[in-house]
Amino acid sequence: MTYLAKPKLHHPSLQKNRLGYTRRDYEGKVSTLCAGCGHDSISAALIQAFWELAIEPHRVAKLSGIGCSSKTPDYFLGNSHGFNSVHGRMPSVLTGAALANRDLIYLGVSGDGDSASIGLGQFAHAMRRGVNMTYILENNGVYGLTKGQFSATADQGSKSKRGAVNTDSPVDAVSLALIMGATFVARSFSGDKRQLVPLVKAAIAHPGAAFIDVISPCVAFNNHPGSTKSYDYVREHNEAVNRLDFWPSREAITVDYDEGDTVEVVQHDGSVLRLRKLEPDYDPTDRIAALARVARAAEKGEVLTGLIYLKPDAEDLHAHLNTVETPLNRLAESDLCPGAAVLERINAALR
Amino acid sequence: MKRIEAVNDFVVKFANVNGSGSASANELFAKSFLRMGIPVSPRNIFPSNIQGLPTWYEVRVTEKGYLGRRGGVDLMVQMNAQTWDQDLKEIEPGGYLFYDNTKPLPKSKFRDDVHAIGMPLTEICNASYTDARERQLMKNIIYVGALAGMMGLEPEAIAELIGEQYKGKDKLLKPNLNALQMGLNYAREHLKDALGLKARRANAVGDRIFVDGNSAAALGCVYGGATVCAWYPITPSSSLAEAFAAYCRRLRTDKDTGRAKYAILQAEDELASIGIVVGAGWNGARAFTATSGPGISLMTEFIGLAYFAEIPVTIIDVQRGGPSTGMPTRTQQSDVLACAYASHGDTKHVLLFPEDPYECFEFSALALDLADRLQTPVFVMTDLDIGMNQRLSRPFAWDDSRRYDRGKVMTAEDLEAGREFARYLDVDGDGIPWRTLPGTHPTRGAYFPRGTSRNPYAVYSEAGPDYVYNMQRLLKKHEFAKTLVPKPVLTPARAPARFGAIYYGSTSPAMHEALDLLADRGIYVNALRVRAFPFQDEIRDFVRSHHKVFVVEQNRDAQLKTLLVNEAGIEAASLVPVLHYDGTPITARFITREIAEAVARLNVRPLVRREEKAA
Ligand SMILES: Cc1ncc(C[n+]2csc(CCOP(=O)(O)OP(=O)(O)O)c2C)c(N)n1
Ligand code: SF4
Ligand SMILES: [Mg+2]
Repeated sequence: MTYLAKPKLHHPSLQKNRLGYTRRDYEGKVSTLCAGCGHDSISAALIQAFWELAIEPHRVAKLSGIGCSSKTPDYFLGNSHGFNSVHGRMPSVLTGAALANRDLIYLGVSGDGDSASIGLGQFAHAMRRGVNMTYILENNGVYGLTKGQFSATADQGSKSKRGAVNTDSPVDAVSLALIMGATFVARSFSGDKRQLVPLVKAAIAHPGAAFIDVISPCVAFNNHPGSTKSYDYVREHNEAVNRLDFWPSREAITVDYDEGDTVEVVQHDGSVLRLRKLEPDYDPTDRIAALARVARAAEKGEVLTGLIYLKPDAEDLHAHLNTVETPLNRLAESDLCPGAAVLERINAALR
Repeated sequence: MKRIEAVNDFVVKFANVNGSGSASANELFAKSFLRMGIPVSPRNIFPSNIQGLPTWYEVRVTEKGYLGRRGGVDLMVQMNAQTWDQDLKEIEPGGYLFYDNTKPLPKSKFRDDVHAIGMPLTEICNASYTDARERQLMKNIIYVGALAGMMGLEPEAIAELIGEQYKGKDKLLKPNLNALQMGLNYAREHLKDALGLKARRANAVGDRIFVDGNSAAALGCVYGGATVCAWYPITPSSSLAEAFAAYCRRLRTDKDTGRAKYAILQAEDELASIGIVVGAGWNGARAFTATSGPGISLMTEFIGLAYFAEIPVTIIDVQRGGPSTGMPTRTQQSDVLACAYASHGDTKHVLLFPEDPYECFEFSALALDLADRLQTPVFVMTDLDIGMNQRLSRPFAWDDSRRYDRGKVMTAEDLEAGREFARYLDVDGDGIPWRTLPGTHPTRGAYFPRGTSRNPYAVYSEAGPDYVYNMQRLLKKHEFAKTLVPKPVLTPARAPARFGAIYYGSTSPAMHEALDLLADRGIYVNALRVRAFPFQDEIRDFVRSHHKVFVVEQNRDAQLKTLLVNEAGIEAASLVPVLHYDGTPITARFITREIAEAVARLNVRPLVRREEKAA
């Protein structure tokens, strides 16, 4: 089920975006993941989203931890700097990078083992701090890279390929992100590009911690009957709360809507999110309600997808720290070094 | 009874209850000597407990300028009943016990060979103040006044200090001055000649400053251009990050906008703090963390990544003793090996060993340069003794023409001009590759770093020869670092010496005093202060040119010695460890005794002093 197109020669679309870039300009190396791996589909969605947003690829920094999922930044945005860091610690590396240069767009890619097992703490704290990033959790319920052990997002009662049953209760990354203060929380499915691409675009535009839990089946180790992260299971149990259309600005809107069944949210940067309601009463700006709805879905074994929560007036870490507009990595001696005369005064005060 | 009589050369120890406000009064006492031109070296001795428990402050008054801990106590200022018995034992025979005699104490509470000096402090305070907290605080100032009266500290010097402390706070200034006067008066009236320890104006302080190493290192990070600091609280390093925050607020706030030209994060743990520093370093900001041993342990995976991915990282390790809590708030030099080889795989790191606040400042700024130049983690190995005690030290210096060394960073112009970029290729022969920062150029210079599985072009590779090439290049870079790190400093003996001594970091003042004491006994030792790892050839040559070389350190396992044997091609048999590791700062007395005994054991007749022969 991969739609990451390769090889490049047969690329279906050479259409150019506003900057004159084709989708190819947003591709990376040829994937080495298993054919059909959900992660490849997410890479394709990321390529599509960045291309549609016409973001210069080199203005993006893509960071990851360790895992099959964390390898994927090599397979998209080949002209972006990336960092394959250590297992479970992408959030801290990304936080430091974001502090160093507030002008880039930060994309964090992680797996469920990476974010919910070894890296649960860093995931939670990055959400708390409101690091301005798009955090993509490629969630397959297993450790793909180490060959199929359960991860902490595996549902209680789900069966491994070898028949073992998981008895631990799962970490629900969406609920955790909500509790921790993420200001944009969504869930999607690697097999639903139509849903995923606009969510990614809105997340990128979001000026704060944006988290998307993407269920992304592992065809090698977790796509069998009895798994709750298989293609079949997710398709059967997918409950979308809404459908999103994303527009970078009001002027860019090209589609008319029936007012009745849509909600519109405008973010700080002027981008417009149009949500077609699939559940009439669902209000994605109500965090408490969102938490309750997610919990109810989990109870029923539903895979609740869509834009689950958005805080339109979100702030990010740089706002909290009141840092200067100029990226810290561009400040020079004249900005940073108080100089010898001041040092002499400091010396005098220490006598 | 013997009575210790001394001018400008004695040790006063204050036994207080933590949280009683004694710290600032005791500091006032120490600083009064400095204002009279007499060097002092104070040390805090505090258990990890926060409230209601004992804390000690030891002031060595030393006109000769010996700033190490001397050992022994000439005057105990006993203000904590809980520790009375233990404190009493520490006093030298013929020494003094100053105490509050408001309530009479049985004879068993005293020693025959110690002069007890009682003063009804509580009674005086109760009579003068009504508020409980005020009674407590003023009591401290009153005893400072009494001590000053007995010792002959100049009241003007103390008043001047109080004036500076409460500048613009008249409400506090007056009562403090009054309390001081009360103490002075009492001493004049009742305690004349009670104390044989005297202060006499001298001229031995010069332009030196009085500052703790953590503040100095923090200021070094400000001057060195650090913009990102991530940390997790741990004694004795917390005050470094806090000082950095305070200096930044003062020195790095944009005047027009009020916005910060720095970012400080108190992370959730040390894994995160080092991760943040790695991310910032990768992205071209100067970044550092301050921690202590347990933090280093948690950081090791990232330290390895930074070593292999070649990311500039500055780590200030304020060393303490061992794991857990309690002892750990004592001083040691016990992270040397842990830092030198931190992480998995074959790793070796650059270490700098500052001896005092001056070098804490200097080396912290330097570490930021070295990290950028070498694209690797650089450790500043300070410790609790330097970090958390105020120490007389050369004034900080900065040359305004100094430029930050940002190392080999390719610019958009370089890339545009078609300069080849190969992230992990040694093009200059020093083992250091060129790097690009994220966002530099639309189509050139991007790469995807990861541990070691890559070729010189940063392309994924598990091929053996690629791995070996990389490891050899890293070794070459480590070798090259020798040319950049501070050279060792030699203190030659006054006469030809068969013995040498190697020492580093906070051992320095005690070592210098020990060298004098040894020379007085006719034992001449050439001393080499190691200031960095990797070790320069001078260090090996120094060892080879001596019969035996003592390696003086503050840990159990002779960690620097091990490193010297491993890394400098030095024969283990030529090194004799001198090890102090009970958690208190090493003393000259200890070093002198150990070396003198070892010299005797080595069966060598001490050389006769040349001066004596001449005379
Ligand atoms: C400190 C550490 N422990 C263990 C590993 C081994 N390891 C590599 S990937 C991985 C799990 C990855 O799982 P996940 O994040 O779900 O990624 P996936 O492969 O499923 O995409 C583990 C345990 C490691 N790299 N580092
Ligand atoms: S093992 Fe699983 S997660 Fe890894 S590439 Fe294969 S399908 Fe994807
Ligand atoms: Mg996984």
